[in-house]
This record gives sequence, C-alpha cells and structure tokens, in this order.
Amino acid sequence: MSEATSLLASGHRACAGCGAAIAVRQVLEAAGPNTICVNATGCLEVTTTPYPQTAWRVPWIHVAFENAAAVASGIEAAYKALRAKGTIPKDKKPNVIAFAGDGGTFDIGLQALSGMLERGHDVLYVCYDNEAYMNTGIQRSSSTPFGAATTTSPAGKVIPGEMRKKKPIALIAAAHDIPYVATASIAFPADLKRKVKKALEVEGPSFLHILAPCPTGWRFGTEKTVEVARLAVETGVFVLYEITNEDPLKPIVTKKIKDRKPVEEYLKLQGRFRHLFKPVKRQDIIDKIQEEVDRKCKLFGVDED
Amino acid sequence: MMRIVKGNEAAAIAAKLAKPDVVAAYPITPSTDFPEKIAEYVANGELPHTQFIPVESEHSAMSACIGASAAGARACTATSSQGLELMHEMLFIASGMRLPIVLYNANRALSAPINIWCDHQDSISARDTGWIQFYGENNQEALDLMLMSFRIAEDPRVLLPAMTCIDAFICTHTFEPVDIPSQEEVDAFLPPYKPTHVKLDPDEPMTLGPFGVPEYYQEMRYAQHLAMKNAEKVIDEVFVDFERRFGRKYSKVSPYMIEDAEIILITLGSVSGTTKEFIDKMRKGGKKIGMVKLTVLRPFPSKELIPLIKNARVVATLERNISLGYGGAIYADLAGILINEEKRPLLIDFILGLGGRDITFNDLEEIVKACEKLIEGERIERPVWIGVKKELV
Repeated sequence: MSEATSLLASGHRACAGCGAAIAVRQVLEAAGPNTICVNATGCLEVTTTPYPQTAWRVPWIHVAFENAAAVASGIEAAYKALRAKGTIPKDKKPNVIAFAGDGGTFDIGLQALSGMLERGHDVLYVCYDNEAYMNTGIQRSSSTPFGAATTTSPAGKVIPGEMRKKKPIALIAAAHDIPYVATASIAFPADLKRKVKKALEVEGPSFLHILAPCPTGWRFGTEKTVEVARLAVETGVFVLYEITNEDPLKPIVTKKIKDRKPVEEYLKLQGRFRHLFKPVKRQDIIDKIQEEVDRKCKLFGVDED
Repeated sequence: MMRIVKGNEAAAIAAKLAKPDVVAAYPITPSTDFPEKIAEYVANGELPHTQFIPVESEHSAMSACIGASAAGARACTATSSQGLELMHEMLFIASGMRLPIVLYNANRALSAPINIWCDHQDSISARDTGWIQFYGENNQEALDLMLMSFRIAEDPRVLLPAMTCIDAFICTHTFEPVDIPSQEEVDAFLPPYKPTHVKLDPDEPMTLGPFGVPEYYQEMRYAQHLAMKNAEKVIDEVFVDFERRFGRKYSKVSPYMIEDAEIILITLGSVSGTTKEFIDKMRKGGKKIGMVKLTVLRPFPSKELIPLIKNARVVATLERNISLGYGGAIYADLAGILINEEKRPLLIDFILGLGGRDITFNDLEEIVKACEKLIEGERIERPVWIGVKKELV
C-alpha cells in the first residue's frame, strides 16, 4: 500500500523511526478499510490525533488508558445489536481492532483485556510493545526486560536497571483459551500481516503481540528501528509464534532461527543497555540475559538444526 | 398496568421498555436486580436484539457503554456506591464525548467503613462529571424518570448522559404499586436513537476522542455547558409531554405547603415522603413549614428554586451527604444561587441519614427547632449533624 493511501496517514507527530507507527501501518494494510480502531491512551493516540487533525483514515476512537478492550467490547456488541435489529445490513461486519501499548496492555489494561477475551468478543487486540511507558518519558512497565534502564528502573551504582523479567503477555492471553494468539515483529511484515488476517478470520477474540522498538526510549538511531526489531528475533530475545485453541498450551514457532546470534549483538545497539558495557562490562548480567533467552528458545523450539 | 415491584425492577422495566441495544453492567448491592432482570429479559427472548455484556468491573461497564454509544447504540447500565466511584473517570468521558448513556444508580454510602445502605454521597460526588442527575422519591418515579432520561439525554439539543438516582433499600428493595406503561405508549413517547454527531462506520470514518490541545479544550467544555443549559428547557418539554401521555406530572422542583412557610426544608429522594407527612403534623400545631423536593440536581434548577424559597425566613437543606471540611453539597448550591438576591432567607445545612440511618420525625423536629433558633437570632455553627451519638465518637 502506498504512502498516499495508507490507512494511517503520513504527517502524524510520532518520532522518526517510531516502531509503533510502523506496526499500525502494517496491521491496517492487512486489515483493510473495513475496520474500526480503538486506541488506548499513549504515544499512538497523542501523536495521531491532535484536534482538529487526524492521521486515521478508518473510524477511530480513544476513550482512556486502561479500557481499550472494554470499549472494543461495546462496539462489537453494538454492531451485533444493530444488525439483529435491522438498523444496519446483516452483512455489515467491520473488523474491530484495539491498539494499546505495553502499559495499556500488560499493566493498567490487563483486567479489561482479560474480561474481553473471556467473554468471547469478536475483537482483535493488538499490543504494540515498546517495553516501557514512552508517552510519559520512559518509565518501566511489566514489559520492560531484565537489565534495561528506564527512568524508574535506572542504572544506578547499586542496581543495574530493571531487575524483573518481562511478563509473558501472549501466553497470558492464550491461557484464556481463545481462538488465536500470535507474536509478530515489524521486521517480518509478511509474517505479521498473515497473522493479522488469520486473527481477523477467526470468530471470537484474538490477540497479537508486536514488538515495536522505540528509538527514543531504547536509545538507538532512528534509522535502526527495523534492524533492532530483526535482531530481537534473530537473537531469540523475541520469539515469533502463534497459538490456536486447538492446543492453547502449544505455541507453534513461525520463524525458526538458524545460527541464533548472541544477545549481546542486540543489547549493544541500545542505549538502555549501555551500562552493561560501560564503564565496566557487566558480563554477569549479559550472561543472565543469555541464559534466560536460551531457556526460552529451548522451551519454544526456536533453533533450527 | 399496575404491578407491585421493587424499585430496582421498576428501573429495569423502564430500561426494557426503552429497548436498549447494549446493556453492560456489573453486580453491586443494592442495584444488582437491574442486571439480573435485563439478563432474564434477554434469556427469555423479551429483548430480542439487546446485547447484555456481563462485564468484569463497573469501569468496564461504562467503557463498554461508551464504545456502544459511539457506535450508534442505545446503551445503559446500573450501579451504586463503589461502582459509581470506579466508573468516575469514565463518567467524565461519557459526557465529554457527548454520549447519551443512561445510568440507574442505587444511592448507597461510600466506604470506609463499608456500608451497603442509603445515602447520597455516591451520586453527589459525581455531580461535576457532566451528567444530568434525577432523584426519584419512589418506585413510580424510578420508572418514569428512567424512561424520560433516555429521551432527554438523546435529544439533539442535549446529547449528554443522564443518571436516575433512587434510595438504596428504602426504594430499591421495597415493593410498591407501579403503573407500567404499555410498549406502544412508550414507543410513541421515545423514538429510536439515531445519532448523527458520532459514528464508528467504515463508510464514513470519524475520529472520536482525539487529543484536545489548549486552543480547543475550553471550547469543548463550554459546548458541554451549553448542552446542560439546553437540557433545562428540554427537561421541561419532556415533563410536559410525559404528563400529557401518561398523566403523571413531574417538575424539576416540587413545592409543598410553601405559600406562607417561614421554614422551608429542601429534600432529595425518599425522605420527601416522610417530610410531607411531618409537615402535615406540624401544620396542625400551627407551625408554618414547607418543603421543596429537588427532582433534578444537574442542571441545577436555579431559576425555578429562587422564587420558591427567597421569601422564607429559613431554608434548611436535608443532606444525606457531606463535603468533609465544608458541609452539605445542596447547601453550597443554594448559597450560590441566593447570594445575589436582594431578599434572601437564612440558609443552613443538616447532615443526617448517612449510611442508611433512618430519618425520623424526631430528627425533623430537631431541625425545625434549630431553624426557629436561627429566626430568633441565635448563631448556629453549621453544618448541623443530626442524630450523632457523640459518646461513640
């Protein structure tokens, strides 16, 4: 889809190299114009809709931070009711897609998300994950990875950044036994779009977790967004998989990795991990990150022989 | 058709008659009968197109109503106390987005300590959220006001959400005879909701709930204020039409025995009935006491109230709420509208009936005595707390 017809128009105020904006464009390219978007409060909402301007060429609503899933539930139910009543044609069934960042999904929006998934609304919930509260200035969320420095998990003299590991949000979504869950990366657009289409085809709720690197918060050059996203997959830091309710306990890896790269290659590109390299190399922390990634890759079966 | 029903059921029947598209609600004592009844109507095919969403919290109840209403649906919900507080953030947004959602609130005290019984602190604390607020005195009023609130909220001149507040247990769980209008009568009174100001339709993409920068925010708030002003007129029109069709008269303020009254008591909700009986008794003893019941609290009925109360010696507000560190909320509203009147009564607020404590004739007598002292020129520290067992404090 060309820039001129993208459903998320150019000219919005997201930072150069914003991974979230790329993620949304890719999702909308797969979903098409017959789509209603719900947006949780966050960078995406703020940068795309400064009144009286909007970057959205599809119907779009923002209500608050923690309730994108509940708002989407209401929209989906409204369309059901209006179809049943005959107010709108029986075949008028737009996609309902909720977009929220990691704060709006992993943390403050988790309850509403769980409710929406459990009740079985026909909604695709997309989490664009940039691993911290970027809109308020890079505070840690429960998505922030082990070792990363944020403004509320700073690299101090005693504590070297975030000391908790990232919450496995897609597995939590899958535990609701819903029709479709997947992870995706903006560096693998064909895989991402295929997953969006699959998610929209199923009846009932689906959940898509997209890693969306943030040059501002992760501190890397704005030209490196896709490169960083690709390295996250190639190092096994972010595993691409999908889960259907045929077996919600068995994620199917959609991108196996041959000769998996060491995590150090991913970490060293980003300022949020700089304290692991300078002034003294914290091999102990890097090793711990590598061990955790190895454990996860083994569990998921990421490595290709 | 007359039926003997609880206040909660009266409100649920009103919602059913309005044929809502979406009802999203969460159980909370004492309003739980409402979602139960709606679920029952849906399960029995009596509301064939309605989507009932048994949400996981009140916050999500209002959020789902907002989504539904923005998509063009008639949406309603019910709650009480902590539930209304959990919704508080969403109440502002429903109003700011100009979504005519209808809410039934069972007036219940707020924690702590946790208490499930009647007072008005919950909805009083929501009075600045941009919702139209009705207070019903009995179960018939619960049904009638709920029904009217759909039409008032959805009027293109208004487009604001509206809540009908009914006293916990005193009305919600008390059986009373209620005249239930027929579906045909209601259909003629309440046209289907056809919004043009909001739409979530891929054929006509619209951006709703954008980022309001300082250059525009204040104008949007002003537009809400104007809508509240319009509601003053629309409420009167709907009250008149309702009386014409259903024979029951409503007004924003209902005076009782005020013509020669030296003392006027201001009431909200079910205590109005008790107060009328009390006045009848006092009148027999020669005391010139009257009452004004407020049915509408937002928009505040200033215009209607001032002429009714300005000639009294003392106006006393019966407050089932307390703005801690200040006093009664109704007192503050009244003081504000009277201060610029040349002739105005003395004004005093009485805090009573909190957390379900009964309001008795003895309490009302104590209030009258205090008012008489004021008339005699004595100074009284306000707010006056009625019935507090000081030995327990």
